[in-house]
Amino acid sequence: MSVPENPEKGVQPGRRWVNILLGGGLAASVVSFIYPALRYIIPPAIAESTSRSVVAAKAAELKNNTGKIFKFGSKPALLVRTAEGTFRAFTAVCTHLNCTVQYRDDLHQIWCACHNGLYDLEGRNVSGPPPRPLEVFEVHVQGEDVVVERKA
Amino acid sequence: MSGLSRKALTWLDERFGAGTIEDFLRHKIIPIHRHSIWYYFGGMTLFLFIVQVLTGILLLLYYRPTPNDAFESVQYMMTQVRFGWLIRSVHSWSANLMIFTAFVHMFSVYFLKAYRKPRELTWVSGMLLLFIIMGFGFSGYLLPWNTLAFFATKVGTEMAGSLPIVGKWFLIFLRGGEEVTGATLTRFFGFHVAVLPGLATVLLAIHLMLVQQLGMSVPPGVERAIAEGREPKRSMPFFPNFLLRDMIGWYAALGALGALAAIFPWELGAKADPFVAAPAGIRPEWYFLFMFQTLKYLPAKVLFIDGELLGIFGFSAAALVWVAVPFLDRHVGFGRTTRFFTGAGVFVIGYMLVFSWLALR
Repeated sequence: MSVPENPEKGVQPGRRWVNILLGGGLAASVVSFIYPALRYIIPPAIAESTSRSVVAAKAAELKNNTGKIFKFGSKPALLVRTAEGTFRAFTAVCTHLNCTVQYRDDLHQIWCACHNGLYDLEGRNVSGPPPRPLEVFEVHVQGEDVVVERKA
Repeated sequence: MSGLSRKALTWLDERFGAGTIEDFLRHKIIPIHRHSIWYYFGGMTLFLFIVQVLTGILLLLYYRPTPNDAFESVQYMMTQVRFGWLIRSVHSWSANLMIFTAFVHMFSVYFLKAYRKPRELTWVSGMLLLFIIMGFGFSGYLLPWNTLAFFATKVGTEMAGSLPIVGKWFLIFLRGGEEVTGATLTRFFGFHVAVLPGLATVLLAIHLMLVQQLGMSVPPGVERAIAEGREPKRSMPFFPNFLLRDMIGWYAALGALGALAAIFPWELGAKADPFVAAPAGIRPEWYFLFMFQTLKYLPAKVLFIDGELLGIFGFSAAALVWVAVPFLDRHVGFGRTTRFFTGAGVFVIGYMLVFSWLALR
């Protein structure tokens, strides 16, 4: 039996079906190997902390014109006591590239050391690369405790 | 050759043709001309890579890749284990020198137009190796789990995460979750000691095979001078003549590594804490400085595009163009260079130097 020069031309209908089934079967098995591996790579989502409020500090702990990083759920947040003595709270995660911001007592502003971003005490991005304002939290002073609450 | 080694060679030759090993070694010739010095940097990078593999294996004996143990295990290595400080410092210094020599090698190949036909794929495999080396640098940087590394990883992975469509997926893949945590450390450890070494070995084999197959490139200027009879065509066998010269360089590098490690042992810094602010004056390793500084200058929005996204797109596009240079520089050929591409190279080096300097200021 001679081999046809153009393999496509000489293929008989039966042979074509064998090729399709063989190729399809191979492709399906490759997908069935890769799919679990891809799903394995992505870890299961961790449920967000449901607590909407946290005790960030004791009121006496913070002097005027200082800031403190505290843990709010799984993320850092920033409590600021302004020069006038009022409390403000924000997320401490910079909206630019995720660094943790700090209060600058010399500027009376919130500063990110990574790429020199600045926010005012309303959380607004006022200078540098940050594209969005910081999320602002509500603050209540309950006796000794400064309680920070996510806005509804 | 002594009688014994001659005998051993004959024994091997009878079994699988050891003569081919000799032929293989004899095949490679090093052209001698005024730019021959640049031929040393590829071998130097390879040597430093081998130093990395060996010291890396030694570090693995004590290192523990979990957020509670990583910092302490490195600290223990540096203070308690005999010569631990030396092994770790040599690993860090050698990593930095390797990145430097890899860049020198890449730019010398670029300016001497060694990427031109038929060496396009040698260039592409080399560029991929350069990216892998930077991946080694980025993933290894996190492993001591100190503050600087923690924020560098946050920023670096966040940049990857800001890519459209695939960004979110890619970020979770890199971090092993939404945030930089112990899961990230475990992953980076896996990348650093398994995935990247595997990829690097395969690419390195291809890269070296291509170099062996195609021989060393002679710069167009020298090629022309030889063709016009202005310069004699000179060369030297790679084995053993050039290799011995290579080895003098490697020996010197080893001395330099020991001296650097002893005089400037690598800092460990403070243990990473996800609940402290990024420290003032934070900046990445020197080879990422030019990108870091660019990100600082980019405003929040450029027209309607996020500044950071523009930066990432810019650098990705530039990297792609750089990889594709052999296919774009169509005019370069025997004895011919392209002024535009030489100028582009000068611009790129200038940009990197100026922006790195601005970041250090």
